[in-house]
Amino acid sequence: MDTKVGVYICTGCDIGKGLDIDKLVETTKADSKPKVCKTHAAFCSPEGAQLIHDDIKAEGLNRVAVCACSQRYFADVFDFGKEVLVDRANLREHVVWSHRDCEAEDIQAMAEDYVRMSVTRLQNTEPPVPFVEKTSKAVLVIGGGITGMNSALSAAAAGYDVVLVEKEAELGGWAAKFSKVFPKLPPYRDLQPNGVDELAQKVKGHSRIAVRISTTVTKTSGQPGQFVVSLQNGGAPEELQVGAIVQATGFVPYNPQKLAYLGYGKSPNVVTNVELEQLVKDNRLVRPSDGKPPESVVFIQCAGSRDEQHLPYCSAVCCRVSLKQALYVREKYPDARIYIIYKDLRSPAQYERFYARVQEDDGIFMSKGEITSVESIPGDRVAVEADETLLGEKIKIEADLVVLAAGMVPTTKVGEVEPGAVGETPAEPADGKMADGKKAAESAEAGAKILNLTYRQGTDLPTLKYGFPDSHFICFPYETRRTGIYAAGTVRAPMDMATATNDAYGAALKAIQSVECSAAGRAVHPRAGDESYPDFFFQRCTQCKRCTEECPFGTLDEDDKGTPKLNPLRCRRCGICLGACPERIISFKNYNVNSISQMIKAIHIPDEFEEKPRILAFMCENDAYPALDMVGAKRMQYNAMVRVIPVRCIGATNVVWLGDALASGFDGIILIGCKRGDDYQCHYVRGSELAHTRMGNVQEKLKQLVLEPERVEIHELPISDFYRIPQIFDDFLKVIEDVGPNPYKGM
Amino acid sequence: MAEHAPAESPLSASILVVGGGMSGMTAAIEASEVGHEVILLEKGPSLGGAVARMNQYFPKLCPPFCGVEINYKRLRTNKNVRVMTLAEVDSISGSPGNYQVQIKVNPRFVNEKCTACGECAKVCELERDNDHNWGMDKTKAVYLPHKMAYPMRYVVDPAFAGDQKMKVCAEACEYGAIELDQKPRTVSAKVGSIVWATGWVPYDATKMENLGFGRIPNVITNVMMERVASEDGPTGGKILRPSDKTEIKSIAFVQCAGSRDDNHLPYCSAVCCMASMKQATYVREQYPEAEIHVFYIDIRSPGRLEDFYMKMQKDEKMYFRRGKVAKITEENNGDVTLEAEDTLTGKMQKATVNLAVLATGMVPATAAVKPPISVETDDYGFLLQKDGAPVIGAGTTVRPLEVSATVQDGTGAALKGIIAAGGGH
Repeated sequence: MDTKVGVYICTGCDIGKGLDIDKLVETTKADSKPKVCKTHAAFCSPEGAQLIHDDIKAEGLNRVAVCACSQRYFADVFDFGKEVLVDRANLREHVVWSHRDCEAEDIQAMAEDYVRMSVTRLQNTEPPVPFVEKTSKAVLVIGGGITGMNSALSAAAAGYDVVLVEKEAELGGWAAKFSKVFPKLPPYRDLQPNGVDELAQKVKGHSRIAVRISTTVTKTSGQPGQFVVSLQNGGAPEELQVGAIVQATGFVPYNPQKLAYLGYGKSPNVVTNVELEQLVKDNRLVRPSDGKPPESVVFIQCAGSRDEQHLPYCSAVCCRVSLKQALYVREKYPDARIYIIYKDLRSPAQYERFYARVQEDDGIFMSKGEITSVESIPGDRVAVEADETLLGEKIKIEADLVVLAAGMVPTTKVGEVEPGAVGETPAEPADGKMADGKKAAESAEAGAKILNLTYRQGTDLPTLKYGFPDSHFICFPYETRRTGIYAAGTVRAPMDMATATNDAYGAALKAIQSVECSAAGRAVHPRAGDESYPDFFFQRCTQCKRCTEECPFGTLDEDDKGTPKLNPLRCRRCGICLGACPERIISFKNYNVNSISQMIKAIHIPDEFEEKPRILAFMCENDAYPALDMVGAKRMQYNAMVRVIPVRCIGATNVVWLGDALASGFDGIILIGCKRGDDYQCHYVRGSELAHTRMGNVQEKLKQLVLEPERVEIHELPISDFYRIPQIFDDFLKVIEDVGPNPYKGM
Repeated sequence: MAEHAPAESPLSASILVVGGGMSGMTAAIEASEVGHEVILLEKGPSLGGAVARMNQYFPKLCPPFCGVEINYKRLRTNKNVRVMTLAEVDSISGSPGNYQVQIKVNPRFVNEKCTACGECAKVCELERDNDHNWGMDKTKAVYLPHKMAYPMRYVVDPAFAGDQKMKVCAEACEYGAIELDQKPRTVSAKVGSIVWATGWVPYDATKMENLGFGRIPNVITNVMMERVASEDGPTGGKILRPSDKTEIKSIAFVQCAGSRDDNHLPYCSAVCCMASMKQATYVREQYPEAEIHVFYIDIRSPGRLEDFYMKMQKDEKMYFRRGKVAKITEENNGDVTLEAEDTLTGKMQKATVNLAVLATGMVPATAAVKPPISVETDDYGFLLQKDGAPVIGAGTTVRPLEVSATVQDGTGAALKGIIAAGGGH
């Protein structure tokens, strides 16, 4: 496309005071030859913005370089519609505010570079054109428990068609097996009915919900908006088109066979909490061995939970479940004595009132304690010994019934298998570390068989620690690593029914958001609304498979030869594939290898004798770039030898740019991205990790060029550590000073 | 969007979200990214809510501004959300699907032309208590709410707007952004549904006279500790005890300070155990040798948060002491002595430390300020989640929640809002 560029250099906010604006305009006109180049005291003011609007109309501009403040401010003012590409040269935060004390020629050179880079970017990028095809807006919900039913009902209530698949013959899941549930409404004292029947009736009666019972998903292919799902229910297989998927497959109880150390299997009178629910439901709340009423019942909390040998996490509901079950026993047997032995009694929020109500009951004795032994003794009784109790001494209780408060295992860890098989699978990486693409594929092979995705990276949702499928634990609880597929309820984290109900709404929201975005060809979180997507120049593809392996979201499949097959609606637009590709064949219309290579070339490199080194900094636009804005806003000062290029993710940095920079005479290159590792903060999960991994290739490149390895550094920087940036630059410049100038300078 | 376009009455949108903290922002952004129009109200001068005052999140120990920034980024490019700061709901009439709302917009005394250059504050001679830092330091009377404010725009403390000395600030502004004669105005809006996400306030620690807060300088609260540990806190992030600004060798965290207590908050505030353990890591990073005591009844670290508790238990100078603190007294040298009843042995135990942090709980903002329409709450002021309720509670207006659960709840509230407004696509 013919680019008609307008350059608008703001002189407000010290820009006019810190720079020789006339000279900047002159240089810009000479170097960039824009159609228009103007200055104004505040382009963000209504008059200033109008001036740009008028030029766009009068001159037919389709590219506008706003050389003023950071792109993070006044984005609405400098939005001139989809046809006009806008780039922001950050003369305020990154130039004048942060370089007050340096030599005039250095700051001027910096400003000239940033304006040239901005124009160059505009000349080498295009407005994105969204990928729009026919899509389905229907939502598939897998799992007919509390979470699945609420997801289905809420998506249907918002006007979306839903298919609800349940593998059992009845809807209801675990909740249907519970006789009563603990209270979620004030006064938070009395047990409530489980409400499952009413919910199931609503689901079955809803005109927008199609229920498939005794059904499993045998295959899921395609992409958001265009998923093709095969169902199997014993009869003829069914194939569906859906737009998004909520996976609400829940939990399985921890395998009780592993609780022999707490007496399970030693006596029929040792049962799990789930088994007790069944006894109550069947009206058989008696001593299992002989049907006698129990006189003494012991609840053992954290049976296999909070235990590094078993489930290291807390299952979050078992304390309240035992409080509830204690009331079952008290109601039926007013003379029975009940003991609850716990590590910490966990009844969060208003549930504290329920705990207080149970504490009022004289027949229920609760104590912190460590269970030291559980043995079967004559008379069909079970002896429970505990230490470190509230009484400060060892206690021994002879019980008729012992209830083990066993925890929850997400179905993604084990797949939809019988509880007996739980924990037998090597699904979880032994080191607890995040599985990479390959490992995830293996674990999916070994464990979960729920979605049966035809994705190159594996058949099910990749999981993080302990088999829970999510990517962002705090800020983005619904983001799995498979776009358009959202985990909800106890598959995602141990949670109670009230929380699962809300979670169902949240996941359903993400699902309908995904179908709407897919229909319009827009990205979902975190680059929400982005209409760009990667384009592959396949003639040059060498089938190296880096992109298909490294995409954190499983966007790319492969054909038989190993050529990547793009599924644009799975894409999150992070650009990690672009960063991975050694052949530079992956481009986004508005972010591509060439545009940044050209930007690098647009930076003037002083010759060796001027003794002005140049450092190129690739900074993650999510955290590192805003952090550098904060450096400017706080008027902290940093070295004027640095030039910054923002990247979508530090993993979206192509090694070829480093070569370009070194070839054009940069003395050093620094990459600043988000934290990697177990507590990663990378918005794309793996970007920062991959950027570090690729440093090996970078060192190769340096060796080829016979350059020192010190010339390239990579750093992790949380946004709040902005104050470290000037020091990071200074330290690096010292390193470069020691190494000496780049010998390719001026060649 | 519309960050720089003044809100002209009457407005209309599918959903009104009241409260610009984590749950409100989430509800607004998530609904808007489905395609619905949303008005997001915040009564303060900036979005961000309680998380903007936090130093780090548990369990990753990552900066809240990382997540806040990505939400801001989603807002900047989003044409479906109208953000209104310094705005409160005056009245609501109508019924689900069709509400008329009167919105009171308080003066910022700084208009949309503000570039956040800061020249006004530079010349300002007046100072005010910095509420962002719980009054532990001062800002100028014209100030940025915090370093990651949204909108990134200055505000004049209304107590000083009429002061003659503010005129120099107005004159210093090259953009004509300061308007000291701004008056409150009312904007009306037609919306289909209302999400109430006004969040929480910390329990007033002075009510626990036995714990000495307000009387003993070296007794602070957990929310103050977040600011003390923050780079833009009153001590630049260095943890010092307030009385003499000296480094600490020992610290005690007092769990359930007011929570799980029939005389104060009869419920559990759900986050304080994790918050104190997180704050213990702030201490440990600055003071590798400091003794850290945690007095607790039960440590509540649900789900995978248990990992964090396990990690903290491995710290050899971190002492988890079961017992509820009954009394805190001040020593002559400024140290504080805590007395607690050991619930294991029934014996009283004592510890003398340099600084005590009260893990005060969460009180829903709705305990004091309820939506101006008939709503049901529990005895503590939390909104009840019931079908057909006139407003949809989100986040900590419903129950005490940690940040991740708040995001989860806000996302669910977005769908409830869409449904109550009539759904459709």
